[in-house]
Amino acid sequence: MAEKRKKKLGIKQRYSMLTRGLGWDTTYQPMDKVFPYDNYEGIIIHDWEGWEDPFRLTMDAYWKFQSEKEKKLYAVIDSFAQNNGHLGITDARYVNAIKLFLTGVSPLEYQAARGFTHVGRQFRGVGPRVACQMQAIDELRHVQTQIHSMSHYNKFFDGLHSAPHMHDRVWYLSVPKSFFDDARTAGPFEFLTSISFAFEYVLTNLLFVPFMSGAAFNGDMATVTFGFSAQSDEARHMTLGLEVIKFMLEQDERNIPIVQRWMDKWFWRGTRMLTLVGMMMDYMLPKRVMSWREAWDIYFTEAGGALFADLARYGIKPPKYADIATKEAEHISHQAWNIFYNYTHAAAFHTWIPEKEELDWLSEKYPDTFDKYYRPRLEYLDKEEKAGRRFYNDILPMLCQVCQIPMGFTDMDDPTTISFHSSEYQGNKYHTCSHGCKDIFDYEPEKYVQAWLPVHQIYQGNCGGAEVPDVLKWYNFNLGADNMEYQGSPDQKLWDEWQAHRKKA
Amino acid sequence: MSVTSIGKYEFEPLDNQENFHGNQLTYINWEQHLLFCAPVCLPLPPEMPFGTLVKEVLPGVYNKHPDYEKIKWDDVIWKLDGADFTPNMNASLADNGFSHKSLVRFWTPGLDGIEGSHS
Repeated sequence: MAEKRKKKLGIKQRYSMLTRGLGWDTTYQPMDKVFPYDNYEGIIIHDWEGWEDPFRLTMDAYWKFQSEKEKKLYAVIDSFAQNNGHLGITDARYVNAIKLFLTGVSPLEYQAARGFTHVGRQFRGVGPRVACQMQAIDELRHVQTQIHSMSHYNKFFDGLHSAPHMHDRVWYLSVPKSFFDDARTAGPFEFLTSISFAFEYVLTNLLFVPFMSGAAFNGDMATVTFGFSAQSDEARHMTLGLEVIKFMLEQDERNIPIVQRWMDKWFWRGTRMLTLVGMMMDYMLPKRVMSWREAWDIYFTEAGGALFADLARYGIKPPKYADIATKEAEHISHQAWNIFYNYTHAAAFHTWIPEKEELDWLSEKYPDTFDKYYRPRLEYLDKEEKAGRRFYNDILPMLCQVCQIPMGFTDMDDPTTISFHSSEYQGNKYHTCSHGCKDIFDYEPEKYVQAWLPVHQIYQGNCGGAEVPDVLKWYNFNLGADNMEYQGSPDQKLWDEWQAHRKKA
Repeated sequence: MSVTSIGKYEFEPLDNQENFHGNQLTYINWEQHLLFCAPVCLPLPPEMPFGTLVKEVLPGVYNKHPDYEKIKWDDVIWKLDGADFTPNMNASLADNGFSHKSLVRFWTPGLDGIEGSHS
């Protein structure tokens, strides 16, 4: 007679076997030696079992779920390519937002995959380890699907051909790159606070929502579909971010000041990096979704406010300098666009002066600041461009030692004066753009004195040569195509030809 | 404070002066003229006279601005590394107190940028 078949496991048991059941306490070697990184940061964990899995997903269910999404996504990407989807976008200027995303953001997904793979090894608790490993795979999937979604544009438009190479070398891409380098070289708990909490929980809506609604508003179905496909992953990442914070705060009250300092630091680093998104929303989308100011009010002031009200019961305060960041929401997109307008000859995307209706939109969205500080400059630059004297800044800028953005931000109490801060460390001067960046430097100067500041590296002779064209070749730019003003660019010429054909037809 | 690390954490700064081939980095900012989005950074020899900086270097940095030719250099207000400063045009940058990564800011009274927007 056949042996009686064993009963199938129940869902709960199965879940437990495929997650918690995968771990064990080591016996040949002490646990502290096997997991050397999870306590040096000063975070005290009494009970790793106190970790509540933020999402109940086993690896086999995960594969099944992701493969379904993948099938749908690739069907849309194929049909976008077959139907010449690039002809359906609002204007070729829009593609510059894609260029910024592919070179600035997609490589961060890869950095995140590396970071989560690392910390997914380093926690002695099985719960956080499994969650981090799963997120590592998500991030790898995101970088792949983003590259696949956007590669269609690379067949027609300039500046999309060398994203990973550029990410490692180009001056403005050192802003997102150094952000992640900073996070990945921190301990595992700080990494999760920076990426899972500050970035994926507090600030993610200011990155993904603007880019994805920007894509939807501007007819870019490939990117929109990627966005949908990543959405359920992002939801999982957010719950991980909140769980790790609660876990640390509930385990021991001595963790609170450490967590608070990390929140302050990574909130500030995050807002600095999001300057690029603000600029994209206010200047690069031919059809605008909402202003950066509005996005900040909704996603940070309101949503973030509710979150920090909730965390107050643990003794956590809203991030330091959140008030300054809120004031800056009136200014940073205009200041950032000016930086890129000044240095478009050294960027892998184009800039331009907004058209009159677009300037009117900015005047309406920023009634207190735009006409007073920014519109006269843009109108002057427009006149100069039309007179054949397109303005470029020929001298390399001073950079902030921490965020690595050119020092173009002004003092919020005096918005026409650049905000300067500096520190001395072991006999050297270090300059920062804000109280936030200065605090970060002063707390760990040993770390930031190692910053690979692109401008200084160029002057040291480490970037392909002494002249700007040598540096741009080292960046892998196609000179005269990838860089310079949009008006008269090959992108614009091609787009105008397509429009002319369309009219004929 | 100091960095939290798993062991000894000592690294050379990447921007030590000796890496700049005999030059020192100098940051320059023309205040209230934000057409230039940020201060500029230039590697300059410490022995360069201050007058050369003004007469030969600054035009290449700033003369695209319509205010530039209107600057009255005798009226310019200078600050070096945060302190008020009266330059000696004939002395070198080093003798004027410039060191590696010094920041020099200058104000040009009466000139307030494009249509008074401080650009």
